[in-house]
Amino acid sequence: MAIFCTRETKILIQGITGRDGSFHAKSMLGYGTNIVAGVTPGRGGQTFEGKVPVFDTVKDAVAATGAEASVIFVPPAGAAGAVFEAADAGCKLVVCITEGVPTLDMVKVMPYLAERGVRLIGPNCPGFINPGQQAKLGIMPTNIVAPGPVGLISRSGTLTYEVVDALTRAGLGQTTCLGIGGDPVIGTNFMDALQAFHADPETQALVMIGEIGGDAEERAADFVKANMKIPVVSFIAGRTAPPGKRMGHAGAIVSGGAGTAAEKKKALESAGIPVADRPADVVPLLQQIWKR
Amino acid sequence: MNIHEYQAKDIFRAAGLPVPPGGVATTVEAALALARQHGLPVMVKAQVLAGGRGKAGGVKFCKTEDDVRTHAGNILGMDIKGHTVRKVLVTPAETIAAEFYLGMLVDRASRRVLLMASAEGGVEIEKVAVEKPEAILKHAIDPRFGLLDHEAMAVALRLDPDVKRARQLADAMQKLYKAFLAADASLAEINPFIFTDQGAGKAIDAKINLDDNALFRHPDFAALRDLDEENPSERLAREADLSFVKLDGNVGCLVNGAGLAMATMDLVQYYGGRPANFLDIGGSSNPDKVVNALRIILGDPNVEVILFNIFGGITRCDDVARGIIAATERMTIGVPIVVRLTGTNEAEARELLKKTDLVPAATMDEAVQKALELAGK
Repeated sequence: MAIFCTRETKILIQGITGRDGSFHAKSMLGYGTNIVAGVTPGRGGQTFEGKVPVFDTVKDAVAATGAEASVIFVPPAGAAGAVFEAADAGCKLVVCITEGVPTLDMVKVMPYLAERGVRLIGPNCPGFINPGQQAKLGIMPTNIVAPGPVGLISRSGTLTYEVVDALTRAGLGQTTCLGIGGDPVIGTNFMDALQAFHADPETQALVMIGEIGGDAEERAADFVKANMKIPVVSFIAGRTAPPGKRMGHAGAIVSGGAGTAAEKKKALESAGIPVADRPADVVPLLQQIWKR
Repeated sequence: MNIHEYQAKDIFRAAGLPVPPGGVATTVEAALALARQHGLPVMVKAQVLAGGRGKAGGVKFCKTEDDVRTHAGNILGMDIKGHTVRKVLVTPAETIAAEFYLGMLVDRASRRVLLMASAEGGVEIEKVAVEKPEAILKHAIDPRFGLLDHEAMAVALRLDPDVKRARQLADAMQKLYKAFLAADASLAEINPFIFTDQGAGKAIDAKINLDDNALFRHPDFAALRDLDEENPSERLAREADLSFVKLDGNVGCLVNGAGLAMATMDLVQYYGGRPANFLDIGGSSNPDKVVNALRIILGDPNVEVILFNIFGGITRCDDVARGIIAATERMTIGVPIVVRLTGTNEAEARELLKKTDLVPAATMDEAVQKALELAGK
């Protein structure tokens, strides 16, 4: 049944009338996602696409519709504020798509979320899609996914689509495709996502797409080795990245010689997780180790 | 964004940290004047955005005016890890009775600002972390309460049991945290924090990296950017709002998405080639953005082929193809261009490309192989 949400989960969108918010809200609706409300201060009382009521505050939206999850398309300066608002209103799942959020804003948000038992995905992420549930909370293209047994976790966007597309073309559908985001401080990290997939009986194989920076992949490798029985394969981007340079994502940086692709590959392989040399090798590698 | 030691010291001074006075000179004469002003002996320190300045001979103790002349003369213009020294900091030399490392960074695992402190001051902390990790004390700061008095004091007393010195260390840690927050830093270090023979604590070196995502709320920091230190193509990219890193190969890469851009560079290397750059063009098919990106990449004479790798996703590939075609028609390129477009409307996109000199490819692997064949022809 995939992770984090089902077709019944009631979803609201913060920033639904903005340029990005409205564009992606239409795509989410078109996919069949259960969007019950939108929020834009000053636009309360309006209707989006003739069917989704818009509210001034998240609290109003939750009170009127019972929304449980929020997807945030709010510019960087207001993104942390939007996360606080969603959590305060009682949303238990918050997906923050916004790129360019100051890191210390996220540091400030974290204990507030922990106290309220709120799961944050992102920021700076494509969100996730559960093809078997017709639920998309984010910006992933819907035409490349299909329902099936493979779970996918990634720190990037288009590289994820590349691999998802290859999975679908090979007849391997997905339970959940999840982009956790490319920033140094994110809500749901590799480890949290692995635990969620581990608890999902429908996910029978897993693909992890990592990149340089930090040691989340190394810690994920330890978890997989200790707990998981299903086949897991991986790809790590950034073998050719020079040290000390930020490769687009704020978190993708080799600093002080730590966080290299080579280190991550070594940790994953020693945990029994094969690491593909090319994105195109991910699916064949999975098929090779997956005895069905 | 990284800033110089003297700039970091200004920020620390404003936060109330005990930073010795000093001034910046770009000529030997100005360095001499500063030495006279502050009184000998002084330290002359290269101001470049690179580590290991001391090892490279960029930090010198000067007892006499002749020393200042010699050392400032040598250091100005010196190359440190590919950076040319254009400025030196002249600051009174301190007697050192004890030295410590105090640092803070954003810790991914705890999702907090992490205080790191060590009695192994004055050496590279990365080296200590590898060789003697137990010598680094760590404390993850709760953002709701900040670094509390007793927390700072507990760390300080483990660094130095002398209570007078511990109090100064604890105070420095708390002020460092305030400076870190106020500047929206991603890293702040005092290495070393010293005690003089008289027991006065002083921050005699300073390092701050700023969070690029937070620069919008610090308009005053724009003045801290040292344009001389920036690679010219990286500066153009920053001004055009493109995420770009210069590399030394011959395959120019334009990719949508940072992860895919890294994977594309890796694939170029996998097939035996060398990428000329990292560039994330983003989701836009705006011809202006493509023109800017092409100009930046073609500014590098090493580039022998251009490789577009676009996974369309929600963006329509025919729109992207039109953007690329419009951009290439507006400028002289002079090198072959391989275009890989996958996603919505990719067939239409390939039809459009057929009418041009652009070389189409269906997959990433095919695109990279075609680009490498065309490089140098």
